[in-house]
Amino acid sequence: MTGTIEEIRGKTAGVKRPRAKMAPSATPETRPYWDAAADGRLSVQRCQACSHVYFYPRDFCPVCSSDLVEWIDCSGRATLHSYVIEHRPGPGFENDGPYVVAVVQLEEGPRMMTNVVGVEPLPENLPLDMELTVQFEPRGDMWVPVFAPAGASA
Amino acid sequence: MSGGVVIVGAAETDDIGTLPNHSTMRLHTEAARNALRDCGIDKSEVDGIAGVSMPGPISVAHSLGIEPRWVDTTSVGGTSFLTHVRHAVAALEAGHCSVVLITHGESGRSQVGAPRYTPDPASVVGQFEAPYGVTGPPSRFTVPFLRFMKETGTQARHLADVAVAQRKWAAMNPRAKFRDPITVDDVQNSPVIAWPFHLLECCLVTDGGGALVLTTEERAKDLDVAAVRVLGTGEGYEASGISMMEDFTTFKGFKNSAADAFRAAQMTPADIDHLMIYDAFAHLPLYGLEDLGFVGRGEAGEFVRAGHTSPGGSLPMNTNGGGLSYTHTGMYGMFAIMESVRQLRGTAPAQVAGVRTSLVQGNGGMFAAGSTLILAAAA
Repeated sequence: MTGTIEEIRGKTAGVKRPRAKMAPSATPETRPYWDAAADGRLSVQRCQACSHVYFYPRDFCPVCSSDLVEWIDCSGRATLHSYVIEHRPGPGFENDGPYVVAVVQLEEGPRMMTNVVGVEPLPENLPLDMELTVQFEPRGDMWVPVFAPAGASA
Repeated sequence: MSGGVVIVGAAETDDIGTLPNHSTMRLHTEAARNALRDCGIDKSEVDGIAGVSMPGPISVAHSLGIEPRWVDTTSVGGTSFLTHVRHAVAALEAGHCSVVLITHGESGRSQVGAPRYTPDPASVVGQFEAPYGVTGPPSRFTVPFLRFMKETGTQARHLADVAVAQRKWAAMNPRAKFRDPITVDDVQNSPVIAWPFHLLECCLVTDGGGALVLTTEERAKDLDVAAVRVLGTGEGYEASGISMMEDFTTFKGFKNSAADAFRAAQMTPADIDHLMIYDAFAHLPLYGLEDLGFVGRGEAGEFVRAGHTSPGGSLPMNTNGGGLSYTHTGMYGMFAIMESVRQLRGTAPAQVAGVRTSLVQGNGGMFAAGSTLILAAAA
């Protein structure tokens, strides 16, 4: 954009630039998780020494401290552990209307934060412990897991 | 018991609320100068200083013309100032310094010279929470509450009961931002912020500051002040992300910090006359009452509804009006301590008769950090 400061101010007055939803940035220890997500798989870690399954990614077991940990693909099934219906959208969510910020419990045990999608965000549609299945949404170049009611089409 | 250390100076900024002509630094220095005047200690005697990392105690000390030989920059959110008191007690007992100044200033509403919070997208929270539109406390701190309700039998209406009870205290406090009486209906008819939370169940956003001066009982003898004794302290931590909280119905930061403070003070909840529980949102006093052992599991909501924490009740709580009605700059813990000091000195606007002991429970970084102070009136 060129012109005097006044001209530029005139052109940009009242223009709200759409903001992007926050995209995660991978670190070496989380890279396998994000690579799997981009491939449509929800992958978490399991300790080969004590069998503990955990999330978020770490290259050692947070329970027994073993270095012998492996990645496993999850079933994608989860239950709704707790949530709020956000009425004051964060950056990038301005056009989404109210949306569900939730913590879900994976069938494999760990919990994670997510959005519940594919359902009108009303309390009566969202009883705790309802069954959900994973799907993936883009955030920048990354894909993040979100969850929809089990049986609902994406 | 950590006897031997006392709070001698305690003061807020001249005004709190909306202060567009006060920078963050000005709020720190005004509160600090007020607290030093309050106890009559000259700044040349201050050799220890504490505050959160921004703008940082070294900057505040230099601005005031103080040369510290002890600093504490512990930054664990809104409870940091309680933690600073705990650390200052240890430093004073160890002889690392002789007078500690703890300052808070935050231009939370006007954002003058204030740092903006944006999570690092490579941090654990940046990767695994921020992408879901959870940029602010209203959509994070509140998430565990539906599970708390389901497991304890607590109702969403109990949130409104907390707001109503605290407004009764605020009505007696000319410095409180919101003073008009409210009903449960008023609360539940206020705009939904993050269901099940309504606007009046979320804290204010204000500008303000406060500061404390601590020293040894020995040094305090010559001062013409009602020194407040620090009988017990504790700190406890859980996780940086809400989704990582082990049990959504109880907070380790409350439980562990309070247990340590009670142990140090050789007290139980029955010994506490007056209580402050940091109320960034209306569910925190419910968690706090249960986690600290003032009531049994699932009993907090009915305890508040029955009026036990209201004026005239058996356990006066958040008697300044709290973060919901008094003030909340972003890191409210300093104001919770201030109210306990006032109650113990007998100078609170909504003074409760006969307060000899007070417990202050803070939380920080949402359900990440907790710290506890058990304070007592001068012997």
